[in-house]
Amino acid sequence: MKIKPGKFSDYAAIGFPAGMLTVFFVIPFGIMIAMSFFQRVQGAFYEPAFVFENYARFLSTFFAGILGFSVGLAALVAVVSVLLAFPFTYILTRMARQTQVVWLVFLLSVLSLSEVLIGFGWSTLLSRTAGITNLLVSLGIMDKPMSLSPSFGAVMTGMVYQTFPYTVLVLYPALSRLDPSLVEAARTLGSGPARSFLNVVVPALRNSIVSTLIMVFVFALGCYLLPQLLGKPSHWTLSVLITDQAIYQSNMPFAAAMAVFLVLVSLSLVAISLLYGKKENAG
Amino acid sequence: MSGLVFDSIVKKFGDFTAVHETSLTIPQGKFVCLLGPSGCGKTTLLRMIAGLEDPTTGRILLEGNDVTRIPTHQRDFGMVFQNLALFPHLSVGENIAYPLRIRGGSKADCFKAVKRLLDLVQLPDMADRPVARLSGGQKQRVAIARALALEPKLFLLDEPLSALDAKLRESMQIELKQLQQKLGITTIVVTHDQREAMTMADLVVVMSQGKVHQVAPPVEIYRKPKDAFVADFIGSTNLISGRVSAAGKIAVAGGTLLADDLPKSGDVTLSVRPENIRLTKENGENSLGTLTGDVSYIRDLGASIEFYLNVAGQQITAITTPSDRPDVVAGDSVSVAFPKDACVVLGDA
Ligand SMILES: Nc1ncnc2c1ncn2[C@@H]1O[C@H](COP(=O)(O)OP(=O)(O)OP(=O)(O)O)[C@@H](O)[C@H]1O
Ligand SMILES: [Mg+2]
Repeated sequence: MKIKPGKFSDYAAIGFPAGMLTVFFVIPFGIMIAMSFFQRVQGAFYEPAFVFENYARFLSTFFAGILGFSVGLAALVAVVSVLLAFPFTYILTRMARQTQVVWLVFLLSVLSLSEVLIGFGWSTLLSRTAGITNLLVSLGIMDKPMSLSPSFGAVMTGMVYQTFPYTVLVLYPALSRLDPSLVEAARTLGSGPARSFLNVVVPALRNSIVSTLIMVFVFALGCYLLPQLLGKPSHWTLSVLITDQAIYQSNMPFAAAMAVFLVLVSLSLVAISLLYGKKENAG
Repeated sequence: MSGLVFDSIVKKFGDFTAVHETSLTIPQGKFVCLLGPSGCGKTTLLRMIAGLEDPTTGRILLEGNDVTRIPTHQRDFGMVFQNLALFPHLSVGENIAYPLRIRGGSKADCFKAVKRLLDLVQLPDMADRPVARLSGGQKQRVAIARALALEPKLFLLDEPLSALDAKLRESMQIELKQLQQKLGITTIVVTHDQREAMTMADLVVVMSQGKVHQVAPPVEIYRKPKDAFVADFIGSTNLISGRVSAAGKIAVAGGTLLADDLPKSGDVTLSVRPENIRLTKENGENSLGTLTGDVSYIRDLGASIEFYLNVAGQQITAITTPSDRPDVVAGDSVSVAFPKDACVVLGDA
């Protein structure tokens, strides 16, 4: 049966989500796009205009480099998170119900930690005076304590720590719905546990893996505190620069232009991977 | 000892005993059905053979070798799962070639094997189809072909036909049986459908509540059930209790019946199949093996006619063919004859 559209009440059901989407997404994003064309007034704030100057400004190797680094870092974080979280979640879903609940509650509580807390926590753990290297020294593995932060490794560690529980929670439903007889079938056909995992579990969940990668990627792209707390200036991402421009340099139009650009870049990356995934499925 | 041997197998899940101590021999090359109601432990027994479940105690031997501790992937048994478990990301051909490919089979060998197996299960030219685009019956065949790809020592199937409609199921039963005869491979099929077991099996293992009740060829299971559970589960039957009164005679409510293989004394239960009971219009004489009763209801199903009788307070069902139909109507008094060889004495369940 086809419902004839027309009456107002027919639209009421989608009215609320549509309204929320407009208020919290479309309007702010529209304002941001508009502002990205505004002109900055030196010494003051900005004035309405329609200039391309803000966009033109980051068509430089400096910003291209930072954009490349930001995208690369987010992609690497996404890949490492999924590489760690996927086997972890798989093993978790095979455990007893109670064990699973305990782990999920623990991961949720890690998820509730703020970026600031995670950043300062790791910078302490990776420091020379109070960090884990002291533990290694007392165990006789290292000669003397050293500082592991700021460094790229520290940024990666902090960001993966932050995205890991998120990744597990996103993968959990798909993995716990996975039919256990698929793996058992692979085993009766002669493949050992590790091979069954690689040959059956991973390909069967290819779509979930791709969508999780995208979500973690987008999540990591927006991360702006951890690169500052755990990295050197060369590890700062576009999100850091946007915050810097918007808050410390009071250059809202330029920050808006960078933000719009970042959104476009990530949207197109997402679109590309979705298209790719679709083609694979059809083939 | 040849074939597959269960040596005092017990399987517990926590406090719950899914399979009570079972010893059983399945001869080489036979088609065996594990038959029993839902939850009786059939799947658990099959999974222990495949190594997907470890027995709590006991051993499983194949051709005299203890396989209890050998991991599933080294056992080389083909198994068809209840939900088939075809790999969704692979095509029909890739599914079937999977066991060969992981053993390093060449492309050409895999291709040849896939072709041979698809011909075997009568699905030629399907190798490139994605499995998602197959009908239920076709998926079934692909799962069977995949399980047979390695020429396994044992072929295990867990309710392989339960997802198919009744008509397709019957033709697949016959096909499966013919396939097994052609290959001569020891095959164990789990089912809760007694018709399916009767159609396919050389040997039926009847189970309930984690216990094996009887292991015998289908006809023997039907004609000579060992206990009340088997008699009642396989087809329908009349259970009549009585007491041995003299050699070969049992005193039951309303008269005396005759049977072979009777114990010397004590209480016994008899199983009499409805189609073996003879009805005639009451004629006054009451010989040994014949009781008197009333017809309470007649159900005419066309091919057969069921008579529901009240014999000395007990419900008895008799079935006749239309040509043997006695000239009685509901409410009539009838003579109910229980032929001696139709009265099977049951052991304790
Ligand atoms: N992993 C398990 N943990 C706990 N109990 C189990 C487990 N697997 C099976 N059981 C129990 O063991 C009993 C036998 O189960 P099984 O699956 O062997 O039955 P089945 O005869 O195959 O039944 P069905 O015809 O419904 O498939 C059931 O009571 C079931 O609840
Ligand atoms: Mg079962």
